[in-house]
Amino acid sequence: MTLLSIDWILLIEKLILIAIIVFASLGIALYTTFAERKVAAVLQDRPGPNRAGPFGLLQPFADGLKLIMKEEIIPNTSNKVLFILGPGLAMTAALMTCAVIPWSSHVELFDRSIDLQIADINIGILYIFGVVSLGVYGIMIGGWASNNKFSLMAALRGASQAISYELAMGLALIAVLMLSGSLSLKTIVDQQMEHGRLWNVAYQPLGFLIFFICAMAECNRTPFDLPEAENELNFGYHQEYSSMKLGFYLFSEYVNMIMSSAVMASLYFGGFDIPFLDESSLSPNLAAILGVLALLTKIVIFIFVFMWIRWTVPRFRYDQLMNIGWKKLIPLALINMLITGAVILWLQK
Amino acid sequence: MQALTNRAKDVSRKPMSFMESLYLPAIFKGMAITFSHIFKKNPTISYPEQKRPFSPVFRGLHVLNRDEEGRENCTACGLCAVACPAEAITMEAAERLPGEESLYREEKYAAKYEINMLRCIFCGLCEEACPKDAIYLSETFVPASFTRKSFIYGKPDLLIPNPKTDPEGYEKARGKAEPTTASAASPN
Repeated sequence: MTLLSIDWILLIEKLILIAIIVFASLGIALYTTFAERKVAAVLQDRPGPNRAGPFGLLQPFADGLKLIMKEEIIPNTSNKVLFILGPGLAMTAALMTCAVIPWSSHVELFDRSIDLQIADINIGILYIFGVVSLGVYGIMIGGWASNNKFSLMAALRGASQAISYELAMGLALIAVLMLSGSLSLKTIVDQQMEHGRLWNVAYQPLGFLIFFICAMAECNRTPFDLPEAENELNFGYHQEYSSMKLGFYLFSEYVNMIMSSAVMASLYFGGFDIPFLDESSLSPNLAAILGVLALLTKIVIFIFVFMWIRWTVPRFRYDQLMNIGWKKLIPLALINMLITGAVILWLQK
Repeated sequence: MQALTNRAKDVSRKPMSFMESLYLPAIFKGMAITFSHIFKKNPTISYPEQKRPFSPVFRGLHVLNRDEEGRENCTACGLCAVACPAEAITMEAAERLPGEESLYREEKYAAKYEINMLRCIFCGLCEEACPKDAIYLSETFVPASFTRKSFIYGKPDLLIPNPKTDPEGYEKARGKAEPTTASAASPN
């Protein structure tokens, strides 16, 4: 009967962890929308939202309230089931990524060692890729169900863009996996924390660049925001959406941004590693808290870079997008992979 | 076809060079430019708290003037209405009755005086036409409203407060306390 015994405490602590992480990522996403507007303002020499609350800090709540109060419109000719499913799927896919990200080492509470990672599965990276691919369905289903030619065109663009850039992303990642020899994100981070080893970005600068560009394309961020091109497709796949369904689409973009920042930080920038500090010399709880802060700092920096790029670069044309994806990034990623493999072989003799 | 100016440039249709097709150098240059704007001072002012000073010749909302004893200057001669290119001013004259000497300066006065602020173009010709210094354009602007009718300003809206009974309101309406660009530039 021991096979069927359930570790109830483990279940409860995982549920608490899931709740904390989901609400924390939603909260951060809320303030990322605010940060986006502030960063845009600062880069464009204007003050940005500053009326709601001190320094405009309550602005995201005002925006959220506005979205909830808006009239909910479902077009007559739309496919209603899919129309409602679309934003939910986009949000779910965005949030599911956080399951395998190691947020920090472990805390010791009530004589238990609690890992600050929801699931340390040995195919962590593959899981992320699977979930990210699911994210395309949110765009596709939303665009298709709206029964609107602009939405449909945006959905097609989104799908083709995601498929093209996932290839280069995967190839760039293979080089990292060759270094680490593991698909588990926890293992990859632990290896980067080892003494005398640099972060993966030092060994894989080209790989990181390719991964970063592809992550931007996967998140549909400018300059790769072709699915929601305002001036040619009228907001594309979420054109027919209103109220909180639209809010979910916009919000899932920010959650996606946070998650891809976390993945990039884990894969290339040592995850929760604090540079020039030996974490094992600290008490585990302190190390865990500092680790979370370190990871959050890295995520914030990545998000700032995302925004900085968005407010600098105009959107790519469709043919440019495809040229970059297929003719530049994929060959570069292949070359990067071959060189990494050759160097590993040469060093091992 | 001959060009009108020598500033026209031919569009380059050359295929991109290798460096250009990488996009990255240009993107980094652009990012450096946007980053430098973080440290620039922004020209925005937060409007209701801070106000940009008007120029001393600013022509705003009309005011019907009183003299220092609080009597209305206007004699309803109609010169302003004649001068008005937008035909925004209408008025009806009336004769001053005995006992009203403290209200109106001369024997004739405007019983009704209306300016349609939706027609008015704030050119200031009424101010120039007035022989009695009865109408002038102040340094406030016409507030927004929800109905067209509320933009037809009558005498109660236009008359300056009485300097005898409400000296503070009189001074405020004269607008001397408001900073102008001239006074902001050189405090005199």
